[in-house]
Amino acid sequence: MRFTLNGQAVSFEGSGARRLLDVLREELGATGTKEGCGEGECGACSVLIDGEVVDSCLVAVGQVEGREVTTVEGLADGGRLTALQQAFIQHGAAQCGICTPGMLLAAHVLLQQAGRLTADDVREGLAGNLCRCTGYTKIIDAVLSCTK
Amino acid sequence: MHEVTYIRPRNLADAVHIYRTTPGCRPLAGGTDLMVMLHARTLRPEPEAMLDLWSLAELKGVRRAGDMVEIGAAESYTGIIASRDVQQHLPALAAAARTIGAAQIQNRGTLGGNLANASPAGDTLPVLLAYDATVVTDRRAIPIDQFFTGYRQTALQADELITGVRFPLDRQVVFRKVGTRAAQAISKVVMAVSRHPARIAIGSVAEMPLRARGAEAALERNDVAGASAAVVDDIRPIDDVRSTAAYRRQVTQNVLRELLDTRATREPSSGP
Repeated sequence: MRFTLNGQAVSFEGSGARRLLDVLREELGATGTKEGCGEGECGACSVLIDGEVVDSCLVAVGQVEGREVTTVEGLADGGRLTALQQAFIQHGAAQCGICTPGMLLAAHVLLQQAGRLTADDVREGLAGNLCRCTGYTKIIDAVLSCTK
Repeated sequence: MHEVTYIRPRNLADAVHIYRTTPGCRPLAGGTDLMVMLHARTLRPEPEAMLDLWSLAELKGVRRAGDMVEIGAAESYTGIIASRDVQQHLPALAAAARTIGAAQIQNRGTLGGNLANASPAGDTLPVLLAYDATVVTDRRAIPIDQFFTGYRQTALQADELITGVRFPLDRQVVFRKVGTRAAQAISKVVMAVSRHPARIAIGSVAEMPLRARGAEAALERNDVAGASAAVVDDIRPIDDVRSTAAYRRQVTQNVLRELLDTRATREPSSGP
């Protein structure tokens, strides 16, 4: 089966019932995507499928055939980080870092969808992404700094 | 390790044929329940193959058909929330869909999956009961009050696929979910109520989503106090990791009282 990963055509031989998360990490080297709970509760494994944020632990890889998958590796343009990634660095919005790739992807979609965002909008938009260090304030500040 | 086969049917007719003729085949939509169990190897019976319904065009979309709204079994909650027909005619369904997980789950969860999984805590299921929705399958239409038959048991035959859900547009339904937090929470009590006709449907308070028939009978007689007194005898809550039976009884009464005191459910004579 074939799909697009961060703009590149990729193929995978194996059962389409495997989790997208495992195929990304173990077969395609996209280890930026992290496994947290493996149950769709924590959002650490968030990726984008055709621009929609999903938990890659809940997706059978066969379901992305012909689709476009974006992982955290696909956000930066070459070596140039996005404004959102820069804001995470400037605001210290990462502690242990496990939630960061998923937070970035969920926040990326949120910023694309909405014009102006309040702190509550950001909290709701990132409600599916848990930070086990509980460093939410800096994450919300980082996202808000990109909305002006 | 035994590998499960993945099957992507070309269309609905193909899916129906494959499901009828492939032993050990399990339908898969957004995967929010099944992929967890598949990975943990807790699906029983253990599947040989997953039949992927997610991309079938026939199972997507929200359609207005006369005095009904029909929603495809594999339409996502995000699509349901965004539908103007749902916002206008089925606001309680949109409200329920917004409480499910967060963006990641709403982008993948479906009504077909919520029905087939038949969890007593399924958040849309009391809404379907309060609307007297009809579950449409590849061979028949099943009234929702005949759909749930026991703990995670349904009236579906072994080779029967859910294709959609039909809602009548004849009533106003209100919804409330009580969980640990606003997002990513499994319900402790989840309720949907209609005043006319009298429908009181509740999840997480018994082995399956149910209608509180005693409370409905009281409501039919305009006895609102009687309904909230009777509702505790209609439910069978248990103590579990999320809550206690005593808490669920109290909250069920509180939520019912609250839902019977909204603009949509209050009798004109009892208003301020």
